[in-house]
Amino acid sequence: MNHFPEAWGRPRDDVYGAYDHSYLQTTGPKAHTSSPAVTGTSVLGVKFNGGVVLATDNLASYGSLARFTDVKRLRVFGSNAIVGFGGDVSDMQYIDRLLESIDIRENYSHHGNMLNAKNLHTYLSKVFYKRRSEFNPLWNHILVAGYDGEGEPFLSSADLLGTTFSAPHLATGFGAHLAVPILRRLFPEEMPLEEVSKEAAIEALKQCLKVLYYRDARSMDKYSIAVITKEGIDIKENEVIEGTELGFC
Amino acid sequence: MASLLDHSAGGQTVGYSFSQSAAAPVKQHGFYPYTDNGGSTLGITGSDFAILAGDTRSTSGYNINSRMVPKVFKIGGDEETGEGAHIILSVVGFAADGNALKERLDSVVKMYKYQHGKSMSVSACAQRLSTILYGKRFFPYYVTAILAGLDEEGKGALYSYDPVGSYEREQCRAAGAAASLIMPFLDNQVNFKNQYIPGSGEGHALQAKKAEPLPRDHVQELVRDAFTSAVERHIEVGDHLQMLIATRDGIEEVFHPLKKD
Amino acid sequence: MFRNNYDNDAVTFSPQGRIFQVEYAQEAVKQGSVVVGLVNKTHVVLVGLKRNAEELSSYQKKIIEIDSHMAIAIAGLASDARVLSNFMKQQSLGSKMTYGRPIPPGPYPQTNTQHYGKRPYGVGLLVAGVDESGPHLFEFQPSGLTHEMAACAIGARSQMARTYLERNLDKFPDSSRDELITHGLRALKETLSQDKELTVDNTSVGVVGLAPEGSKGRIESFKLYEGQETVPLLEALERADGAAEESMEVDS
Repeated sequence: MNHFPEAWGRPRDDVYGAYDHSYLQTTGPKAHTSSPAVTGTSVLGVKFNGGVVLATDNLASYGSLARFTDVKRLRVFGSNAIVGFGGDVSDMQYIDRLLESIDIRENYSHHGNMLNAKNLHTYLSKVFYKRRSEFNPLWNHILVAGYDGEGEPFLSSADLLGTTFSAPHLATGFGAHLAVPILRRLFPEEMPLEEVSKEAAIEALKQCLKVLYYRDARSMDKYSIAVITKEGIDIKENEVIEGTELGFC
Repeated sequence: MASLLDHSAGGQTVGYSFSQSAAAPVKQHGFYPYTDNGGSTLGITGSDFAILAGDTRSTSGYNINSRMVPKVFKIGGDEETGEGAHIILSVVGFAADGNALKERLDSVVKMYKYQHGKSMSVSACAQRLSTILYGKRFFPYYVTAILAGLDEEGKGALYSYDPVGSYEREQCRAAGAAASLIMPFLDNQVNFKNQYIPGSGEGHALQAKKAEPLPRDHVQELVRDAFTSAVERHIEVGDHLQMLIATRDGIEEVFHPLKKD
Repeated sequence: MFRNNYDNDAVTFSPQGRIFQVEYAQEAVKQGSVVVGLVNKTHVVLVGLKRNAEELSSYQKKIIEIDSHMAIAIAGLASDARVLSNFMKQQSLGSKMTYGRPIPPGPYPQTNTQHYGKRPYGVGLLVAGVDESGPHLFEFQPSGLTHEMAACAIGARSQMARTYLERNLDKFPDSSRDELITHGLRALKETLSQDKELTVDNTSVGVVGLAPEGSKGRIESFKLYEGQETVPLLEALERADGAAEESMEVDS
């Protein structure tokens, strides 16, 4: 029996060993994200005549564990831009809060929220670049969709290093390997945007989601899809991939 | 958790989530802040012009990110149209650093004009670019930069850099993924290395052909040949060739298709 | 002798609810030479009358470019204007850096009169700029008051210019770019004393606006006309004035 009252009710040192106080250390080097924890997989995007369509599935994985099955990874900014997130989900939620505060600040300003998707992409890529330069990255790869300053459809990507690029169709993560070749075949880059219909773009993304569901182990059959046109944003967050041969699983 | 998420090989333990992590050495998956986005750039000067060229492919590993990501920029001009610029910069290597560098130099040149009421000379800009690069000596911009324009006498000026800011004025320079393929070609075709005047002597007495500034259309042909050849032999080069040509009348931009395979 | 107890700093109200330092600063604006600004549907024009302190000195700059889409015209302490224009330049570069967006012109609050030991800026500004919704003109006073204006004039003898602007206000919206410049110059001319006239040395004109349909880029970048560049503008003014006089004669 230990006679010190402060030891009562605590794990016994002779059984469990002395408590490891290193867990409580407050000094020492500051820890930064060096690998993501809960992650989302691919984001897919296609430009069409007069708009852009973006899609992700609704899964957030913890390693190989399908941890959260109802996570919406498409976020709407203001009234004319969408961001699709791949990578760390907590970093996604942080960026989402950041976007929320920018939207509020802009709406309080005398000119209203005039930031378009292109402005938003520039901003987010700088946030990523700044954080990577501080060795404290936001572990995401995102697609931003909407319109540029000229009112043309806009689709661009930014990643945790601050790398940016734009193309008529883009995909992050596994999608870069599996979806992009499909999209490049369906909509060759020399094909003018006017010839890509909204319906064809949506159908193509659904096909790609199905292929990814078959071959990407960190994907699922519930997905979100957002279509942005001059009329506004049409977002569906509880879609199911249809006609799969994995119904028995 | 570390064993769960760490996909890199090494350590004999099987990666079950319940395996004792004490048995496995603590593996660290560090964050590496750089990547290589491939591509190549090239610059050549003439008596009254300077050309900077680059392909527009952006890669990561074996993936092509996009076929249209320019690497050559106008510095100090209008954001949308590039109007009013007289300096050009090419950056190849890590594209995010390249963009950051471009924007820093661009705002430096603009502030110079605002504060002094005149445009920055290319030589001053070249020196400033060197100090910007050296300022990040211990966390460098992972890029090879080439700066070009016209000097005070109206002659083509070209400055090439290493990632930490050492620089030199040259007649021509190739940089990036296919630099080792293009540079020897330029040595031979621009600086006439290993070219001799026929019949000027025997053996070592042969006189070397003297390098002299080349006319603009000839230089543009050289640039196109250099890139079509580089595309054949390097997977990270291709899609489109972008050329910016600084002349007395401003900066011209030309695009040519390259192979997309 | 009468001494005002409430003008030692810019943070104390007088019992009548006035801040004298602010009012003195507004007097400084009236000492400055005149600048005029006016807007039509596509453009903003700034015109300024430059002064030289003495025969041998250079002329003080009146119009300062902030960015390709924005410029200011100043009346009052030029050195205070420099502080403000430097600040605005930083802000606009910052906006382009972080968002890739030209900073929208508009009122941004000033806090100087709320800090002890600081003084209000002794300068009035006309801010001309374009954004997605079109051209804008703002007037800024040392008090921090800002108004969006259709036309405005500040500085010495600016009342004459304002009278002209008020009389011709309805003509501005539908006038062309060049007509707007002429209107601006005529308003400026109204303020001149008998022995003075507009010359290439003392006139500066700045124009920024939306680019005509089908041209590269949506904005016609800010253009400052000074020295010999003002010759065609002054000639256009003379021609327009000549034509006006003739038609007046016909009328009478």
